[in-house]
Amino acid sequence: MIRFFLSLSLALLIAAPVVSTQARAAENVQELTSPGGIKAWLVEERSIPFTALELRFKGGASLDAPGKRGAINLMTALIEEGAGDLDARGFAEARETLAASYSFRAYDDALTISVQFLSENRDAAMALLRSALMEPRFDQDAVDRVREQVLSGLRSDQTDPDTIASLRFSQLAWGDHPYGSASDGTIASVTALSRDDMFDARARTLALDRLYVGAVGDISAQELGLLLDDLLGALPETGAAPVPEASVLLTGGQTVIPFDTPQSVAIFGQPGIAFDDPDFMPAYVLNQIFGEGGEARLSQEVREKRGLTYGIGSYLYPKQKGALVLGQVASANGVMAETVEVVRAEWAKIASGDITREELEAAQTYLTGAYGLRFDGNAKIAGILVGMQMQGQPLDYITRRNGLINAVTLEDINRVARDLYDPDLLEFVIVGQPAGLLPTD
Amino acid sequence: MTRLLKIVSALFLTTAAAQAGEVSTFSLENGMDVVVIEDNRAPVVVSMVWYKVGAADEPPGKSGIAHFLEHLMFKRTATLDEGEFSRTVRLNGGSDNAFTSQDYTAYFQRVSPDRLGLMMKMEADRMRNLEMTVEDVETERKVVLEERNQRTESDPGALFSEQRNAAQYLNHPYAIPTIGWKQEVQALTREDAFDFYQRYYAPNNAILVVAGDVSADEVRALAGQYFGPVAPTPGLKERTRPQEPPQTSERRMRYSDPRVSQPYIVRSYLAPERDPGEQNTAAALTLLADLLGGSGTTSVLGRALQFDTQTAVYTSAFYTGLSYDDRNFGFVVLPTPGVSLDEAEQALDDTLADFLDNGIDADQFARLKRSIGASMIYAQDSLQGQAQRYGAGLTSGLTVADIEAWPDILSATTEAEVMQAARDLLDKRRSVTGWLMSETIPDATTDSNSDQETAQ
Repeated sequence: MIRFFLSLSLALLIAAPVVSTQARAAENVQELTSPGGIKAWLVEERSIPFTALELRFKGGASLDAPGKRGAINLMTALIEEGAGDLDARGFAEARETLAASYSFRAYDDALTISVQFLSENRDAAMALLRSALMEPRFDQDAVDRVREQVLSGLRSDQTDPDTIASLRFSQLAWGDHPYGSASDGTIASVTALSRDDMFDARARTLALDRLYVGAVGDISAQELGLLLDDLLGALPETGAAPVPEASVLLTGGQTVIPFDTPQSVAIFGQPGIAFDDPDFMPAYVLNQIFGEGGEARLSQEVREKRGLTYGIGSYLYPKQKGALVLGQVASANGVMAETVEVVRAEWAKIASGDITREELEAAQTYLTGAYGLRFDGNAKIAGILVGMQMQGQPLDYITRRNGLINAVTLEDINRVARDLYDPDLLEFVIVGQPAGLLPTD
Repeated sequence: MTRLLKIVSALFLTTAAAQAGEVSTFSLENGMDVVVIEDNRAPVVVSMVWYKVGAADEPPGKSGIAHFLEHLMFKRTATLDEGEFSRTVRLNGGSDNAFTSQDYTAYFQRVSPDRLGLMMKMEADRMRNLEMTVEDVETERKVVLEERNQRTESDPGALFSEQRNAAQYLNHPYAIPTIGWKQEVQALTREDAFDFYQRYYAPNNAILVVAGDVSADEVRALAGQYFGPVAPTPGLKERTRPQEPPQTSERRMRYSDPRVSQPYIVRSYLAPERDPGEQNTAAALTLLADLLGGSGTTSVLGRALQFDTQTAVYTSAFYTGLSYDDRNFGFVVLPTPGVSLDEAEQALDDTLADFLDNGIDADQFARLKRSIGASMIYAQDSLQGQAQRYGAGLTSGLTVADIEAWPDILSATTEAEVMQAARDLLDKRRSVTGWLMSETIPDATTDSNSDQETAQ
């Protein structure tokens, strides 16, 4: 009785519309073009005396030359291992003196550079970063040293169930396309890389025609424009051509890779939906209902009701040149078969288009309320701004996005569920010793 | 110049004067402490309730109960149905989660500021009105065992770490893993969880930390309204746990697992932590960890083992200064292929001996001091990080004054104090040295080349 009453009062609180807490930062995004022609998005935010700068070069590790898998990843790790007159140690000491941080990462679709620098020594911090980008030395001793670190990671990957599963899944999904292999390469390919390969890898990836810039912090648009020209203006105009479109080769079934461990891990998925597809937004809301977070169907069925796992989730995985719907779960060997059965049943269920109005509205309320909460830090916002540009979103997307979520109808979402989800194409890769599961491929 | 700079779009011209990081503290009559960190840069608040209880406070034989209870806190109360807590947070556009450590258990939500009252209302409700059915407990125990499978049983590095940790403490419960020993978790009951809950989940054992776009006055009013009426647990005293006796014997262990591809060494020493009113030694040890193993390129170990010689592919130092009782300080060395674990350990010991003889490089020390100043500026960027700093500090026995004094204490620490802390620390009788390997080898003098061959 009392429970019912209080539930009702909570429900009333919930029913009040979520006040549109549009991120303050989002209201102040400016798009600028530097004197030299570099475009950037900026939020001027003066309360802390530093700036977060996010640079992304589209293409990333997928642009490895044939037979040189892992070259761009290794090159990226070497950018700050010596530049200009400074060797690796000299460079690191100079960066520490400035208390700036530069982080370089190579992903399949982008090479990213995340930078934070203090206002008090902005020019010096940028001059040092410029030398890393324009005059990297790739000294042989640095190449050999960092190569050993990459090889150490690759050796560990060989006995890591998650990496084994995800690599096999990528191979099955993408075949010979670069997406089908690990961006950090193989022990053989990385061992064979030369110093010259590093210069070539740099030329393939770091170019102005694929650069995206986001900045948030203690800097004006004019100052940022000049900074970007100094920092990046001397980069070459272009690099390697983008990789071709990738077809998803999944045909459904399951692969079991025997591995002696008490808990099996599984990666599962099927062909997905491109970011620029007109149905992307309904699909995004759909995945929220199906596999994102503890309230989603997968977590409710597999974890909350049956206790078969600590965590299960699914997500849309739209890459630049192809898309997947992916999921991940780990279950003890004795119950993985049951987990797979439940996931397959849920896949078939959603493919029938059975989303209810209640589920749709709950997902919309969550997604629209949560959006503004993302914008709570200079570094986070800089990352969001650059991601939006890479996906081709317009500047006003931040203010329009919640409207797009709310515009998804029950009819849309169930139509997309029927079109997108296909239990016959659902593929599992399982690593472990799952009782009662045999490979079907 | 300005003409060339083309501002394509400036959507809104006015910016509210933003503010980051003003801290207020107060207490409720029932003993609940409150910290407010005001940051108006974004319309977001992080609301956290920290309980001054963790795995190290569990009754003997009940390891994992603090963490198990953390899971059960998301089940139901007298007025909230199964899973309704998180569902309500989500329906309000927020996210929530919780974590358990040796010294604390914390629950948090990230929401829009106008939802803060609702979060406090629900959090106050589950502080005293939790319910658990037998079925909830049975299902959740399976989930926790799968969590242990995922975090520990599937990862030889984690199993190794668990064994090393058990060897570090001869008497203190830090020897027991936070998630619990598997056989004890399997036997935990509803009564175990409930007893623990009733004793420790009370306003006089909790700290509310709110960070974000909200004023101290608003928090004071809401906290008074929702947490004010919650009854305290009478007679709850400061925590005292069994302490370490003098450690007089070096411990060595080898852990073998065929799932290991990259062997490595971890050496750790029992070390003092930050104490209320006395953080100088901990500050010196914090700087020492940075000097010895903070950067693979410029630290003492990085230079000696990765640059001057190619002994290691990776080195680092770690120190847990934020802790209720004495914790540990340690080193990790991953040898290069062809270098045995024995050789790598010898190189580690030689480097530490050289450091004790030669002292600190003055330039390195100056750079480190600068980076500490800068990290305080960068740290202001993260709302959650700021809330974490106060919550973890206060549940580790420190006061607000200690937490606020910490950056200045670090800055004032001298080279001589760091060297003294190093000499006091590096006594092998208080250490554990662990080797992680892929195969069992008959004795410690055999070199581990067999490991390397499988790798090539």
